[in-house]
Amino acid sequence: MAGGAASGGLPRSDTYAGSRNWLLLPTWVTLGLLTVAPLTIMLIYSFLTKEFRGGVIWEPTFAAYDQFFFDRGLFGDDPPTIEWTYIAIFWRSIWQAGAATLLSLAIGFPTAYFIATRPANQRMLWVFLVTIPYWVNLLIRTVSMRFLLRDNGPLNDFLIGIGLITEPLGIMNTNFAVQVGLFYSYLPFMVLPIYAAVERYNFALSEAAADLYATRWVILRRVVIPAVKPGIIAGCILVFVPSLGSFLAPDLLGGAKNFMIGSLIEEQFKGNAGNWPFGAAASMILLTMVLIILIASARSSKEAAS
Amino acid sequence: MPSDQTIAVDVRDAVKRYGDFTALKTISLSIRDNEFFTLLGPSGCGKTTLLRMIAGFEDVTEGEIFLFGEEIENLPPHKRSVNTVFQNYALFPHMTVLENVSFGLEMLGNSKTEAQKRAGEVLEMVQLSQFSKRKPSQLSGGQQQRVALARALAPKPKVLLLDEPLSALDLKLRKAMQVELKHLQRETGITFIFVTHDQEEALTMSDRVAVMSAGELQQMGDARDIYERPRNVFVADFIGETNLLDVTVADVSDGRAVCQLPSGDSVSSDAVDGVNAGAKVHLSLRPERLYLSERPLEADHIKATVRETIFIGTDTSTVLDLPGGSEFTVRASNSSRGNKRVFDPGTEVIVNLEQGAGRLLID
Repeated sequence: MAGGAASGGLPRSDTYAGSRNWLLLPTWVTLGLLTVAPLTIMLIYSFLTKEFRGGVIWEPTFAAYDQFFFDRGLFGDDPPTIEWTYIAIFWRSIWQAGAATLLSLAIGFPTAYFIATRPANQRMLWVFLVTIPYWVNLLIRTVSMRFLLRDNGPLNDFLIGIGLITEPLGIMNTNFAVQVGLFYSYLPFMVLPIYAAVERYNFALSEAAADLYATRWVILRRVVIPAVKPGIIAGCILVFVPSLGSFLAPDLLGGAKNFMIGSLIEEQFKGNAGNWPFGAAASMILLTMVLIILIASARSSKEAAS
Repeated sequence: MPSDQTIAVDVRDAVKRYGDFTALKTISLSIRDNEFFTLLGPSGCGKTTLLRMIAGFEDVTEGEIFLFGEEIENLPPHKRSVNTVFQNYALFPHMTVLENVSFGLEMLGNSKTEAQKRAGEVLEMVQLSQFSKRKPSQLSGGQQQRVALARALAPKPKVLLLDEPLSALDLKLRKAMQVELKHLQRETGITFIFVTHDQEEALTMSDRVAVMSAGELQQMGDARDIYERPRNVFVADFIGETNLLDVTVADVSDGRAVCQLPSGDSVSSDAVDGVNAGAKVHLSLRPERLYLSERPLEADHIKATVRETIFIGTDTSTVLDLPGGSEFTVRASNSSRGNKRVFDPGTEVIVNLEQGAGRLLID
């Protein structure tokens, strides 16, 4: 019998398996305490009834999700219609985060390519330079951006000074200001994975393509980009996901009109005016969206790799 | 060699410098149309640099390169009708074999269907049709090599450049590919410029060989010419096996030079221009042009002592000591028709030089 034959070796392998489980303990504790537990709490809270001064009453309900998706009139007894307010905020967030991601890609890809094509001993210096601004707190960087972009700030002064414009551009409190803020917040997350991919790229492939009559642009499009696609996808996720949930840049640069998901969720947990179950439900919806994006991109980078 | 002597690639006084370092020192050579031409030399001799200059990956510091009469040294790679087989193949990993091979054809403006049709034909020529839908990573080294070859041949280049394409293959496969390459060259009629550091490979495949060292052209000629009439010590030593002896020319008369060995023996060889009596030169003796005996059998012979006998399959190699202190090798075929004589170590023997075995070299 197979079990009998194997039993001779069992005590030893048991010991190994045992110690391996113990060594994995920190991982399980970290995952459990910092990921699974908080998410479970959020999930449960999103199905509870709100307490008016913050907090929850332990009575299960779908009220939070219902509030998110349906409008039942002022007293809650009209036939339900779709509630567009929050969907619009989500849609704007996706749009803003997407625009910030494209901006980061447009600047980040050439930067990463530039760094990866420097002599090997200079590359770390360039990477270091890219990360320097990120030693400063995100809040301070975002506030500084206000000073840079405002109507009588350095950017407008400079553009008026060189005669390119006569009136300040009025960038502050626009979608564009939010995109610039998000772009600046997360640019290194775009540069670093693409840099890692381009550094591994075999430049003989570019030579081979040039040898086969491809122009620079065709080489970039048909050889370089497909080869570094996993890095590009990773960079886009690392910029898009935090941008989507961000509230600093929209709050400080976008003004009240340009509310995003992050701000909406933040409001629900602030002071006495909040609605914890609704905040939790909005978070769960955000999380679901992010998961869908991650799974889709994992699929497409698997395709790129094979 | 074809009777048609059109020049395919003409390199005129080409120089390549990287800062202070000179990789190529004024090279001029003409490669004929329909020729299998090999650039041979040790690593760092500049052979790959020269190939990359013809392909357009390296700019030319000084000099000109002509491709069938058209000056090309300032054209970017994609405007030169030459294609390259890269050392590590450089196949596009995200494309299938068929897409790899049709890439160049598409770039030349052929429609996708047209390009793939022609690519399919080329794949058939290298016997890879059944793999056309695979990715390069799903192929063996030898198959990848053939895809690289098909990819470079598909656009019908005027000249095919091959940068040590066989160096990553094992011996058996390499031998088979040597034959296949030679056939392909004959079949397609395309001029091949082949870079290698393997002298045997160069001699086997090439119509003509250019031997390079330290950024300079040492000698150019067909295989037999280079092997039998090396122009200098470097070529004699690099191509095949040789015994190099320091000798003093005692006398030159009737086209023959009498050379004095340090041991006191003297042998004669064909005289070389510029070598007069009293000159200190080198004498190159190929091991297979010598044979051992107890008593002198040739007019030219040397006394030596057997140190050891080494069996190397087809041949037996005997290492000897000359009285002057230098080491010496004699090779004999193991066939029953060969001069197979095995002597015990310590035996005093006579090394006989076949007619024309010795070659005088000035450094």
